[in-house]
Amino acid sequence: MMDRYQVQRFGFILLGLVAVIVVAPILIVIAAIAVRGIGAIDWQFLTAMPRDGMRAGGIFPAIVGTLWLTLGTALVAIPIGVGGAVYLAEYARDTVLTRAIRLAIINLAGVPSVVYGLFGLGLFVLFLQLGTSIVAGSLTLAIMTLPIIISTTEEALRAVPTEFRTVSASLGGTRWQGIRRIVLPQAMPGIITGVILGLLRAAGETAPILFTVAAFFLPRLPQSPFDQTMALPYHLYVISTQVPGMPPENQYGTALVLLAVVLSLNVVATLIRSSYRRRREW
Amino acid sequence: MDENALTNGQRRQSRARQVEFVIEAVIRVLGFSAIGFVTLIFIFLLREGLPTFFEVRLGNLFGTQWYPTFGLFGTLPLILGSLLVTVTAIAIALPLGVATAVFVREVAPGWTREILKPMIEVLAGIPSVVLGFFGMTLVAPFVRESLGTPTGLTAFTGALLLAYMSLPTIISVAEDALDAVPKSYRDGARAMGATEWQTIWRVVVPAARSGVVTAVMLGLGRAIGETMAVMLVTGNAARMPVTLDSLLRPARTMTATVAAEMGEVAQGSVHYHVLFGIGLILFMLTFVINLTAAVTVFEKKRRGGLR
Repeated sequence: MMDRYQVQRFGFILLGLVAVIVVAPILIVIAAIAVRGIGAIDWQFLTAMPRDGMRAGGIFPAIVGTLWLTLGTALVAIPIGVGGAVYLAEYARDTVLTRAIRLAIINLAGVPSVVYGLFGLGLFVLFLQLGTSIVAGSLTLAIMTLPIIISTTEEALRAVPTEFRTVSASLGGTRWQGIRRIVLPQAMPGIITGVILGLLRAAGETAPILFTVAAFFLPRLPQSPFDQTMALPYHLYVISTQVPGMPPENQYGTALVLLAVVLSLNVVATLIRSSYRRRREW
Repeated sequence: MDENALTNGQRRQSRARQVEFVIEAVIRVLGFSAIGFVTLIFIFLLREGLPTFFEVRLGNLFGTQWYPTFGLFGTLPLILGSLLVTVTAIAIALPLGVATAVFVREVAPGWTREILKPMIEVLAGIPSVVLGFFGMTLVAPFVRESLGTPTGLTAFTGALLLAYMSLPTIISVAEDALDAVPKSYRDGARAMGATEWQTIWRVVVPAARSGVVTAVMLGLGRAIGETMAVMLVTGNAARMPVTLDSLLRPARTMTATVAAEMGEVAQGSVHYHVLFGIGLILFMLTFVINLTAAVTVFEKKRRGGLR
């Protein structure tokens, strides 16, 4: 018979093991893709057009396409998201309407990514006749990203002490002046972290761009925002399921590039947040 | 000269006030944008999906056979496929998630926490298509060999991947719930002579119960809507998962069906409308799930339970 302290020691070890079971596969995923993909990556792979039905050449148009989409998402999602968060944190009182906004945000965050794709197809591609284009894809991704940007920005704004606002008001500043000159700058690192987290999610998503922007194979760069484009996540999906005889190292190479983009943004966001936590004076 | 400066100043002030009025109006509109977008999504899903119910007989629509080319639009295998994969995923993820949350919050020394937390955030950041690709090329062969199934692309493989994808959500919500349990509960239990282990499982976790339920709901919502990873690893056979070994056979979810077939259908066709109809079902499912989760959180907040 174990006494209860032995039970406790045994239990704690078990919990630690579970934590290892949870975390180890994450490292395995990253390591496996890195080891198998690194060989495919050279200057040509990153900067050349795909050739031979995508079996050879590079992934340059997919990289450029993802950059365009992410930029377009940022242009739409940042003003709406930050504005919405400013309203919730600085203006909204606890009314039924405010509660409805919060419910809407929670639900936006829960809408399946493929449903965003359907919505983008219905509204932007067909109804507004933007066609399958970077614009339609960016708008779809932007709406998907909003809940992340709104909730992280609101949190950052709320973390700024109330005294900062009262002092600004006592010096004769209006509410908006206080927000623009004091609260927003103070909350900026938190806002940037949230924006990066939202954008990296957008950069990695496939389902929302399936029917709104993605071109299966388009060995040229997009000429305008109304062009179709290839994109990294969709390209990975295509070459891993739709192209027979695809060399595996190119698949892993593409996965590695996508993973590297997303994880490095993730690290940047984490660094900004932690250095800000250490540095802030309140 | 002086008088002029004064009027200039006044003019500037009144213009500033106007600008401020406009800015605040814009912010107010942006604040409500989330409601607008949810409504828009619902309207456009209805617009394209509602015709389904006039074009396809209900008996067909909720039948057991999904062969769109023959006009058979039985969504039951897809709905059950989603259910099978999702429920299995949560059954795997719940114990792992709660145990990890307990470990991180209650047991782990500071440095371990500093490693675990960012790792779990990294998991949340990995694109689902990358996880799906990994699952297809490396997990599926492993499943095939270790379980001796004819193919590694099974409902179980999908559930395994989904379990890991919903872990970050479950862990972070469960952590918040544990965090919200008042210190006095722990102190009380320890004062009665309970060990830390007893305190955790008999006092702290039961007190955080409703938070854990929220975690499960949100994890469920995340899992049922997952598309790319599931599509790449479940084998996508639209069969009724009614036999005991269904878990070890290919399955097909609602999300994967929409993603795989939408690109090939003619706009405005019956098939097109049915796919939007499936989107509508998915939207309403996640809506109800998230609403339920949110309401439990709001209730808690009102009673002063959280924070």
